[in-house]
Amino acid sequence: MKKLMTGNEAIARGVYEYGVGVAAAYPGTPSTEILENIVKYPEVYCQWSPNEKVAMEVGIGAAIAGARSIVAMKMVGVNVAADPLFTVAYTGTRAGLVLVSADDPGMHSSQNEQDNRLYAAFAKIPLLEPSNSQEAKDMVGLAMEISEAFDTPVMIRITTRIAHSQSFVELKDPQERIIKTYERNQSKYVMLPANGRARRLVVEERMHKLADYTETVAVNYMEMDDPTVGIITSGISYQYVKEALPKASVLKLGLTNPLPAGLIKEFAAKVDKLYVVEELEPYMENEVRRLGINVVGKELFPPYGELSVRMVGEKISGQPGITVAPAFDSPVRPPVMCPGCPHRGVFYTLKQLKLIVSGDIGCYTLGAMAPLQAMDTTICMGASISAGLGMIKAHPEMADNMVAVIGDSTFLHSGITGLMDVVYNGGNLTTIILDNSITAMTGHQHNPSTGQSLMGQPAPQVDFVALCKALGIKRVTEVDPFDLTRVKEVIKSEVAASEPSVIIAKRPCALIIKNTEKPLQVQDCSGCKMCIKLGCPALSFDEENKTAQVDQALCTGCGVCINICKFNALRKAGDGNV
Amino acid sequence: MSKITNVLLVGVGGQGTILASKILTHVAMAQGYEVKMSEIHGMAQRGGSVVTQVRMGENVYSPVIEPGEADFIVAFEQLEAYRWAHFLKKDGVLIVNTQKIVPLTVLIGAQTYPKTILSDLKERVERYIELDGLKLASEAGNAKATNVVLMGVLSKYMNFPEDTWKNALEARIPAKLLELNKKAFALGVAEAK
Repeated sequence: MKKLMTGNEAIARGVYEYGVGVAAAYPGTPSTEILENIVKYPEVYCQWSPNEKVAMEVGIGAAIAGARSIVAMKMVGVNVAADPLFTVAYTGTRAGLVLVSADDPGMHSSQNEQDNRLYAAFAKIPLLEPSNSQEAKDMVGLAMEISEAFDTPVMIRITTRIAHSQSFVELKDPQERIIKTYERNQSKYVMLPANGRARRLVVEERMHKLADYTETVAVNYMEMDDPTVGIITSGISYQYVKEALPKASVLKLGLTNPLPAGLIKEFAAKVDKLYVVEELEPYMENEVRRLGINVVGKELFPPYGELSVRMVGEKISGQPGITVAPAFDSPVRPPVMCPGCPHRGVFYTLKQLKLIVSGDIGCYTLGAMAPLQAMDTTICMGASISAGLGMIKAHPEMADNMVAVIGDSTFLHSGITGLMDVVYNGGNLTTIILDNSITAMTGHQHNPSTGQSLMGQPAPQVDFVALCKALGIKRVTEVDPFDLTRVKEVIKSEVAASEPSVIIAKRPCALIIKNTEKPLQVQDCSGCKMCIKLGCPALSFDEENKTAQVDQALCTGCGVCINICKFNALRKAGDGNV
Repeated sequence: MSKITNVLLVGVGGQGTILASKILTHVAMAQGYEVKMSEIHGMAQRGGSVVTQVRMGENVYSPVIEPGEADFIVAFEQLEAYRWAHFLKKDGVLIVNTQKIVPLTVLIGAQTYPKTILSDLKERVERYIELDGLKLASEAGNAKATNVVLMGVLSKYMNFPEDTWKNALEARIPAKLLELNKKAFALGVAEAK
């Protein structure tokens, strides 16, 4: 049976078909839907972990114990998981272990554009690059085979266009799910230096064996046609090459670490001019050059952003493509905090108090956008608290004028250690945990504070107050983020306090708990536009009649704007004259 | 090169472009075409621009439609039609739902919503059709069926048998909403004539 599937759905199907027993991940675009689809196959145990390092370690443990395991994350997640990854490359595992890295060329929803193929080379593990959904599914099976045959973890690297594009996939019946028995093996799995040194040699030996294997593996193949142009390519770039230059000869590489030196030399000898077409880093190109082969690559294509059919066609043929009408000048429509979002009032208050805000990653990063613009830094998951501490250590007086803000899921991901550091090293920092009780930005995944597991089981909930107190924070205050008077009062007093403090602003995400309040009404508006400064999509200003307007379809009746209006013009239905 | 048909569905998060694309791919698959579809949905729920790209033909490689390559653009909102208009082929068809959804950048006064969208589009695009899809969907019984109204309009410009569209609706829409959506689809078809 043939089905239209995204790359992420296809990987999940591969997990089902190829006998995977355990899957773990932390959500992150464009990888999130892998686990969201694995959960549809109840035969496979799957879970959200608090962060990518933990997910990787869960996968490692399961694979050492004997179950085929898969771990999925967005590319920056691999930075978090790199520590266990580099050492499991030494130990290998008893059953197959596969890491899916979902890279994001073009940075559709990421803070950087790193090319994680370099991680596979760095960690000395095999690397597979699917070009469509069918290959994504098949490569789960191939990755498991390679992992078990060569006793090594394997990376499957996809990109946004593979993860989120749909193409046909042929479905097959699942293999038997075999969980091997556990076998103790200290010299293999206890990475003391002496054992590590022995395994280090195994890694080199394994890469030599893989160098032979990659020459003949079916996913590395030539498509010979016009010999004047030869193109080495992989992943989504293969699709662009085939469409732009249907006559060109192509060396299509699916297993790209190690690269097949013999096959590359053979292909190079058959064509007049050799190109490498790949997104981001000159990963394959550098290897081709190292073989002493003349090749054209990054002279033509940028090391950033996505490639396209047109770019590939124009650069290699040297002919301009069709002319395109200019784009109309259109106002941008970026994502915004939703109407009723519990974060909005907190950021409004931070802006009002003119505080320096050490920010973090989540929906609330939108607090950096106009009109609130209440964020000074956003680096990576968990950096808000630790970077805030660093700022205070550079400028102790900043403690009276700054806060760190972090969401519930991000705090659990990697904020806890930062907060521990604040206490340990005497940083007089105020941290605001924006607890909307869900991992919202990636599409509402559960986490250790929400009370439910990925597989739908009830789970214990982390108690943020108790956790912060256990870390040594004496001043912990909970506030309702809709109560702006109290939010302001608490932020002022905690920033002024001469010891570390935590404010927990707790309210569920507006998309999860639908507000049952009626939309607000406007009466006797003075036209001051104060409410517009909240940046709520439900509020607009009618310039003709000089009055604020409430979009009755969008307004959730959260009432945050009532706090702002000095003229009592915004009212709940039934209040006063309305 | 074999003929590929490119359809771009553009709108604002929450407007139902995804269901529309499912109906469309169902039709294309029933015709025996290879189909590829691409969506960028980082934070689609947060009111941002959304675009779904559907490509169909005998042999489709790239899942992505580039500027100047779309045979059809179905815009669920007029500013989004404006934003994506340069993706249309010279002889391509542009279908515009005249609904306006004002972006936050305009609400806060940082930018203005262009006043000449419809006249600019009409002037540039020869095969142009605009309609009040929201009104037609409400006539059919639910404003949310605007996406299906628009598929009805699109169906008149694409060379697929009527039955195939009917089958797609039946396959993709829950039974209790089917009659309403069939009506919405028919109103779209009528609008296109």
